[in-house]
Amino acid sequence: MKKLLTGNEAIARGAWEAGVRFASAYPGTPSTEILENIATYKEDILAEWAPNEKVALESAIGASYVGARSLASMKHVGLNVAADPLFTVSYTGINGGLVIITADDAGMHSSQNEQDNRNYARAAKIPMFEPSDSQEAKDMIKEAFEISEKYGCPVLFRVTTRVCHSKGIVECGDRKNVEIREYVKDVKKRVPVPAHTPAMRDRVEERLNKLEEFSNNTLLNYIELHDTRIGVVASGCSYRFAKEVFGDCASYLKLGFTNPLPRKLMKEFASKVDKIYVIEEDDPIIENELKALGIQCFGKDVFPYQGEMTPDVIRKAVYGQAKETIEYDTNKVVSRPPTYCAGCPHRGLMYELGKRKNTIISGDIGCYALGFAEPYNAMDWSTCMGASISMAHGAQKVLNTKEDNNTRVVSIIGDSTFFHTGINSLLNVAYNKSNTINVILDNRITAMTGHQENPGTGYTLQGEKTVFVDIEALVKACGIKNVRVINPNNLKEVKEALDWAYSLDEASVIITKWPCVLKKLSEEDKEEFKDAFKTKCSVDSEKCVGCKMCTKTGCPAISFDKIEKKAKIDPNSCVGCEVCLQVCPVKAIGKVGV
Amino acid sequence: MVKSILLVGVGGQGTILASKLLTAGLMEAGYDVKMSEIHGMSQRGGSVSTHVRYGEKVESPVIELGGADILVSFEMMEALRWLSYLKKDGKVVVNNFKINSMPILCGLADYPAGILEELNEKTTTRVVDAAQEAEKLGNAKVMNVILLGTIVKLMGLEGINWEKIIRDNVKPKFIDINLKAIKVGMDLV
Repeated sequence: MKKLLTGNEAIARGAWEAGVRFASAYPGTPSTEILENIATYKEDILAEWAPNEKVALESAIGASYVGARSLASMKHVGLNVAADPLFTVSYTGINGGLVIITADDAGMHSSQNEQDNRNYARAAKIPMFEPSDSQEAKDMIKEAFEISEKYGCPVLFRVTTRVCHSKGIVECGDRKNVEIREYVKDVKKRVPVPAHTPAMRDRVEERLNKLEEFSNNTLLNYIELHDTRIGVVASGCSYRFAKEVFGDCASYLKLGFTNPLPRKLMKEFASKVDKIYVIEEDDPIIENELKALGIQCFGKDVFPYQGEMTPDVIRKAVYGQAKETIEYDTNKVVSRPPTYCAGCPHRGLMYELGKRKNTIISGDIGCYALGFAEPYNAMDWSTCMGASISMAHGAQKVLNTKEDNNTRVVSIIGDSTFFHTGINSLLNVAYNKSNTINVILDNRITAMTGHQENPGTGYTLQGEKTVFVDIEALVKACGIKNVRVINPNNLKEVKEALDWAYSLDEASVIITKWPCVLKKLSEEDKEEFKDAFKTKCSVDSEKCVGCKMCTKTGCPAISFDKIEKKAKIDPNSCVGCEVCLQVCPVKAIGKVGV
Repeated sequence: MVKSILLVGVGGQGTILASKLLTAGLMEAGYDVKMSEIHGMSQRGGSVSTHVRYGEKVESPVIELGGADILVSFEMMEALRWLSYLKKDGKVVVNNFKINSMPILCGLADYPAGILEELNEKTTTRVVDAAQEAEKLGNAKVMNVILLGTIVKLMGLEGINWEKIIRDNVKPKFIDINLKAIKVGMDLV
């Protein structure tokens, strides 16, 4: 049966076919849809959202130890969070096959950095697979589980944005029934204390030697001989991009299994071609290995060190120019950055927070990161998941040592990001007696990645009802005494809460609670937020004085007619959050459709 | 021979459904098909693009600069933003529909004038009023399938059973209006 699948859908299908029984992940572009699709196989696979990637991987390790084929998936930076268990599960090994998917983001389409997680495979000494398209993604997942069990180790499966989010035709198969293996207690293998670790370390090294032999002989790595004047070495999507450019005018060493690299095969390929181009996204890993073997090749000296190696990039690097394009005045085009949706519950907070003087705003990862831009200018920095609260703490502590300090540091973090790694940071704030102001933007969902359930939503990934985490109680349990829960669409409430927090010389938490406008509201949401998104606002053009105050709220539903000098609200996108209504100095904005 | 179709627009305009139907149709017709789009934050009102490539055997899912046979823009300014992806002799379909981006809404920039003139001067461009046509059909959202209709016509894909594709991929209550929409699109160009 043939299906048109994205790489992520193909991975999910492959996992099902491979007999996977347990899968866990934290959402992150471009990896999110892997678990969303695995979750649809309810009869056969237990699929869960974990609060973070470390928890996801650890859950999968436990599932593997007791004998199930298990999987954890995450975006590239998620593997940093999960790196702790990763390095040690390499030593302890596995029972049921364990595959860890890392979705790298060459080109940084939706990420804060361009780290190359092939480095993790090398550092943690575990095998790595790299599919180049959807069909390979599905087939290789099955192979990855076989290798994991054959060599008794976890396997890293690296995809990139273009593999995850591109569709291709995939020949699908049936599910292989893989029984849960027997669990046998073996502390020498599973408890990494000094009495056991030297032997574990030896096993890792022996395994690597065997895996290199596998790498040289597997069909996952192969030589494709055509014109031998140019030889291309590539893995992942880069191979497809290179074939698009060179076709049969080059020979290829196509690598699908990239740790350990097949050094024997690489030498053989080098002996058959005149000139070698290594085409790889991110770091020069294959290139450096070739050079270490004494093989001359062109790599990052010819191709850019950042971004995707798309056909035009390759063409330009090798031939000096891309295909002919139509010349036009690009200055005519105005930028179109992503924006908060009409009715976004972050708007009210950003609008008020951006106006505060003597304030440093420590941001985090989520839609609210867009608050750095016009018209809010409500963020000074952001680094990684959960960092807002801890960075604010460090900054405030140092500022407080200055005699004349009047600067307050405010952290802003979403509900899901708070559950991810913000809780530890807040413990630190309370424990080390900080006086930061911390805002948890609780929009009742993991929004930016496309609406995934989390411990605060009351539902699991596979749609079961579950406990709701009470953020207010959790914050208090961390040791924070000053907590307020507010409606962020009510600007007066936002302003008062901020005034209150600034007046305190102790740490505080403000929870802004209102659902994301794009959220499919649950029964509980409908009960709690009765009037949400049911009305619209409109401008009375008689009263409008053209002051443009409403446009400062950054709402895409509001536009300003320069000829008539009046503001307008698009009724198709307005959901009646009333933020604009509150900033209008002449009360020209009213509610309609109540 | 591999053909490349670039659909561009603004997040939320429905390029995803249009490309889903398009790729399903191409697959049904026996082509090898690849499609690429970027998800994530850009969906929040940002500029979005979907690359569709089909032929006997497709390698790259991505269209390169100067590589698209046709550029279909759901929004006017986006046509200009993505124009460098069009082949020198490629065709443009541009929806006569403007969405102001945040710099424009904030008064930091003006919506550019003379886009259609620029496009007409540099390329073979067809300007369509898909929004108006969609309103006539009674649902502004079918603008995307009207634009799909223009692709079907201009790429000579009328032989594919689009009725079946729409029936298989669209919710029952929207089937009829989408069947009308694709036909309207085909007749517009």
